[in-house]
Amino acid sequence: MQTQKLINDGNLAVDEMLAGILAAHPQHLWRPEHAPRAVIARHGPRPGKVALVIGGGSGHEPTFLGFVGKGLADAAAIGNVFASPPPQPAVDAALAANGGAGVLFMYGNYAGDVMNFDMAAELLEMEGIEARTVLTTDDIASSPVREKRRGVAGNVFIFKAAGAAADLMLPLDEVERIARHANARTFTMGVALSSCSLPQTRRPSFDLPPGEMEIGMGIHGEPGVRRGPLRPADEVTDEIMDALLAEMGASRGDRVAVLVNSLGATPLMELYILHARVAARLAQAGLSVHKVLVGPYCTSLDMAGASITLMHLDDELTRLIDHPCDCAMFRQG
Amino acid sequence: MFTTDDLKTLFAAFAARMATERDHLCALDGAIGDGDHGIAMEQGMAAAAKAAAETEGTLQDICNAAAKGFLNAVGASSGPLYATGFLRAGKALGPVTSVPQAQVLSIIPAIRDGIAHRGKAVPGQKTMLDTWHPAAEAVIGGATAAEVLRTATEGAEATRAMTATLGRAERLGARAVGHPDPGAVSALMLIEEILARIVPPPAD
Repeated sequence: MQTQKLINDGNLAVDEMLAGILAAHPQHLWRPEHAPRAVIARHGPRPGKVALVIGGGSGHEPTFLGFVGKGLADAAAIGNVFASPPPQPAVDAALAANGGAGVLFMYGNYAGDVMNFDMAAELLEMEGIEARTVLTTDDIASSPVREKRRGVAGNVFIFKAAGAAADLMLPLDEVERIARHANARTFTMGVALSSCSLPQTRRPSFDLPPGEMEIGMGIHGEPGVRRGPLRPADEVTDEIMDALLAEMGASRGDRVAVLVNSLGATPLMELYILHARVAARLAQAGLSVHKVLVGPYCTSLDMAGASITLMHLDDELTRLIDHPCDCAMFRQG
Repeated sequence: MFTTDDLKTLFAAFAARMATERDHLCALDGAIGDGDHGIAMEQGMAAAAKAAAETEGTLQDICNAAAKGFLNAVGASSGPLYATGFLRAGKALGPVTSVPQAQVLSIIPAIRDGIAHRGKAVPGQKTMLDTWHPAAEAVIGGATAAEVLRTATEGAEATRAMTATLGRAERLGARAVGHPDPGAVSALMLIEEILARIVPPPAD
């Protein structure tokens, strides 16, 4: 049976969504006429500033384009659902945002994104524009090796730190260093309760029987580390928090930023139930909570489930996380 | 002789086959990946076929247009991989408007080279290369079409037993074992289309 969606044509879903977003947020976003899949910040890009260009597949809204704006990303390249954009939109985004101080590409660590953005970086080099890349790798369930991990909801904190650094007019070397530092200190793990379905197929992308959950599920429905019976929220939170805290290796008195993220279909009520336990566990571990985000920040279409992200703050990251930003779907200060 | 019209027909056949197999490929991908492989291949090949059909010029011009069409339509992983493969195929066919039938199979090793170069993969990693590589080696070794088809089929089937060490399925470890790689399966379909349309079919 096909899943029910409010769409017109699965193949047009991304472009029709973009039309709606541009109509809703003209004060934040614009799009070059020749580049239908590049979205640029209205305010933010300026001469002498490193251009932070993010991007990836659609279906994760408000990631990526919702984080384009003053103080955060300068532009985003938009792919098809769950598919990396081709090189051209990334080039178009970079050219539109270029302030002459270099371009930093940031996106999640997926083979397709790496190939397409690397081709984009080569094309920019041919135009004499320096483009560097920092991959996000915050999903601790996806590999024991940091460099092989996927980038998931922790993107919002990692992009935020790098975007603030760029907004403070730091040079490309510094923005890149901070982006790597932010990524190295950000840890995410999620749980899926139901499959998402793609607009083109309108069928569940994977089979997750009733009563089951998948721990460590990726944000495209990639299978996680294990499947088991659905447990009460506190038990699920404990399993995730145990893994995150072990990875993070923080000392008592350290500060963290927290994101309790919906994968799309899970409501705020459940996210706050999770967060009650997250807060208790952090207090128990002697960690102080500097910032909390609860809501849909990095979704997987209509998947039910949630992820928890911890960013291990230091003085530098705390300042950057607190830096003001004004994006279509994320504002601060 | 194999002409520009034959090449356009081949790209149209790729597109038709991927449209037919879209949901099947998505289901295979759903088991070990993100479930969109069939969509990327359908959209990419549709764009490649359209670009090829609209191009006047040499065999190489048509391959280049198909590469660009595929890449700009989908991105994803298959975009850069097949775009690079088609560029190499165009080089193998050359800036001419026809080649002898015997030369057509050279596009199989050319596509293999492009995919391996762009994806930095080697055979045995549970990817599309596990189909393209043995088929390419068979072509280089002078195998018949039937033998090329057999090695490609065995290559795609062999991915079932492999643990992925590249791409999205990598993170699955042993859980991917038992499922064929969807990229290897779609590669086999494309090789079938090449063999069925360009050379006397294996049954001859």
